[in-house]
Amino acid sequence: MNGWHGKILRVNLTAGTCEVEALNENWAKEYIGGRGLGTKYFVEEVAADIDPLSTDNKLIMATGPLTGTYGAANSRYMVITKSPLSGTIACSNAGGYFPSELRYTGFDMIIFEGKSEHPVYLQVYNDNVQLVAATHLWGKTTTEVEDAILAEFHGDAKIACIGKAGEDLSLTASIINDKHRAAGRSGVGAVMGSKNLKAVAVRGTGGVKVADPKAYREAALEAYGMLKENPVSGQGLPALGTPVLVNVINQFGALPTRNFQDDTFEGAEAISGETLADKYLKRNKACMGCVIGCGRVTGLKGSRFEGDGEGPEYESIWALGAACGVDDLAAITKANYICNDYGIDTITTGATIACAMELAEKGFIDAAEIGMPLKFGDADAMVKLTEMAAKKEGFGEKLSLGSARLAEMYGAPELSMTVKKLEFPAYDGRGMQGMALHYATSNRGACHVRGYLVSPEILGLPEKIDPQATEGKPVWAKIFQDFTAVVDSSGVCLFSTFALGVPQFAAFCSAATGEDFNEETLMEIGERIYNMERMFNLRAGIDPDQDTLPKRLLEEPIHDGPLKGEVAKLSIMLPEYYQERGWGNDGIPSAEKLASLGLA
Amino acid sequence: MQKLIRIEPSKCIGCKTCEMACSFKHTGEFAPSRSRIYNEVFLDEAKFITVTCMQCDDPWCIKACPKSAISKEMPSGVVIVDNDRCVGCRTCVSACPFGMIKYVPSLGIVDKCDLCGGDTPECVVFCPTQCLTLGEEDKPLRQKVLRFVNTMKDGQMEA
Repeated sequence: MNGWHGKILRVNLTAGTCEVEALNENWAKEYIGGRGLGTKYFVEEVAADIDPLSTDNKLIMATGPLTGTYGAANSRYMVITKSPLSGTIACSNAGGYFPSELRYTGFDMIIFEGKSEHPVYLQVYNDNVQLVAATHLWGKTTTEVEDAILAEFHGDAKIACIGKAGEDLSLTASIINDKHRAAGRSGVGAVMGSKNLKAVAVRGTGGVKVADPKAYREAALEAYGMLKENPVSGQGLPALGTPVLVNVINQFGALPTRNFQDDTFEGAEAISGETLADKYLKRNKACMGCVIGCGRVTGLKGSRFEGDGEGPEYESIWALGAACGVDDLAAITKANYICNDYGIDTITTGATIACAMELAEKGFIDAAEIGMPLKFGDADAMVKLTEMAAKKEGFGEKLSLGSARLAEMYGAPELSMTVKKLEFPAYDGRGMQGMALHYATSNRGACHVRGYLVSPEILGLPEKIDPQATEGKPVWAKIFQDFTAVVDSSGVCLFSTFALGVPQFAAFCSAATGEDFNEETLMEIGERIYNMERMFNLRAGIDPDQDTLPKRLLEEPIHDGPLKGEVAKLSIMLPEYYQERGWGNDGIPSAEKLASLGLA
Repeated sequence: MQKLIRIEPSKCIGCKTCEMACSFKHTGEFAPSRSRIYNEVFLDEAKFITVTCMQCDDPWCIKACPKSAISKEMPSGVVIVDNDRCVGCRTCVSACPFGMIKYVPSLGIVDKCDLCGGDTPECVVFCPTQCLTLGEEDKPLRQKVLRFVNTMKDGQMEA
């Protein structure tokens, strides 16, 4: 095969076996790879109603046929499992070097099943695969684990691992690769921890073959030009990284502040990408094969904290910053390092602390229970709570459950800013109706990277649309959700789509695999993946009545800034969205739609 | 005049695209382990170092080769391996102090950067930050000199 290796690795942790299997070629053509193909394997093998932290759950690390090649930003891998945080299908992805190295081992994906009796980690050196004891790594931070494995396995290996939070089954646990890149959301790290799987270390000396090298190279050169000329991928992201958005979104008036009570943050400038570059930036950095290079290597020298690492990214700055009313960038950066070291999601962690702050200010929790007085804007408390959440210490144990469970526990569920128990990222849906609709209907809950309508609504890419209009948004949401499913399945970073569209992905996928992927077939694949995920969620008991938003977004108008008076007009858009998707008024995909997509 | 790939380390972002482009052109696969250019990433130090054959004026590999399979082509100054003459004895691999010539087991001969045989080297074509350039003139050096003299100039204006 070209593009795909045609080979997957199945690791049974209960039996301690590692077996090589042929990739299902028909599925590969119908689902591409990564998110689509990984999810296809997952839903075929795992019942939707299982307990995510039981041995019945599986965890799949999947690359796409474009992972490990050049062309745009081609080093992504996807982690597919059932989320312990939301109960939905989870597909968290990350960049760095690990995804490409996994491809060079000759495997398209790794399926982990069962549970090891003792802590183990997986070593993959091309075809040589073995599970080895990880007792000595248990309890160690992600940085320590990586250094230890580099020393004992192979100096050129790339590593994905969990920190202490994953071992402790924190519902916010992430999987960290290359020390600072995170498959962050949905608690995927807890699933790894539940299997006693500490790390996956890969070293590959093989290559990735493509079907038509000449066509692939031409597609890459075209894409390079488009990415370089684009204002976001060619200027904004390379110059300031994702934090370029802090000032942009704040000026627009949709930077959710103090747990979505306000929408402009007076401290935005102090936590902006510009300030980060000025104070703590050491170096700009790219993931493998990326022309954009949005990564920021940072250090806290000269501040009241210590530490070095990467980031914080825009969403992390927002969650640990504006959402908590914190304008201390050193504290935010420190909390970001703690999240990466212990392996917890920065967005859910920051947003859950923000929720706790509102619960405390409104008298739902008292200071004694938290162990400190808690108010918005308290940077030291934010850092302390991040550490407690990471270690599940004291009140941190409750924070590690995410904000939906926390707010429920204290009798104020309306203060959790979540959809399907997943915390919102850094864009208020009241200020952009397309995003509001997407948040409500995303298959993993309130997530920005399953349909980034911020792009047309705020950034004007591929064209500027009125953020407050509801007309046309159901169509936009569907197209973005389906196209994103294609991008996530190809192995390419979503950031490439500021400049690249379906034609470029059709050219890449066709040249890589030799299959005829055109714009129409790719969008159909995207729709197939979206519906497959939807069906899994329905079987898992995530009913369509959860396609909604917190009361605050639906009923409390924004009270400050340029978007004053706006609410999320979900009820206007949702019925049309269902119709556009070919689903019934009840939000359930029709038999005809499923049959037409080959999902019946 | 000597041709070579000039490297400006401060522009490198550690993307390894040079390794991908090199291996894709010369082996037909994206296989960084078979690249003739090396982009090393030092995560903890936040440093990225790229190295390839420097096309030495007086190359150790040429002196070491018992089969006269390696030569310095003029006027480009590129050090090239004659694949027909190479017997895969690996003497040059031992001789090169920089590790920039390597034995390829699948081919039974050695492999090194030949600046893509006259085309613009593929790593230069795909380098996203112009960290890599092909030059007869040492442009990065010239840029450093200019940066320095501009600082001097600005200082003089202030005085």
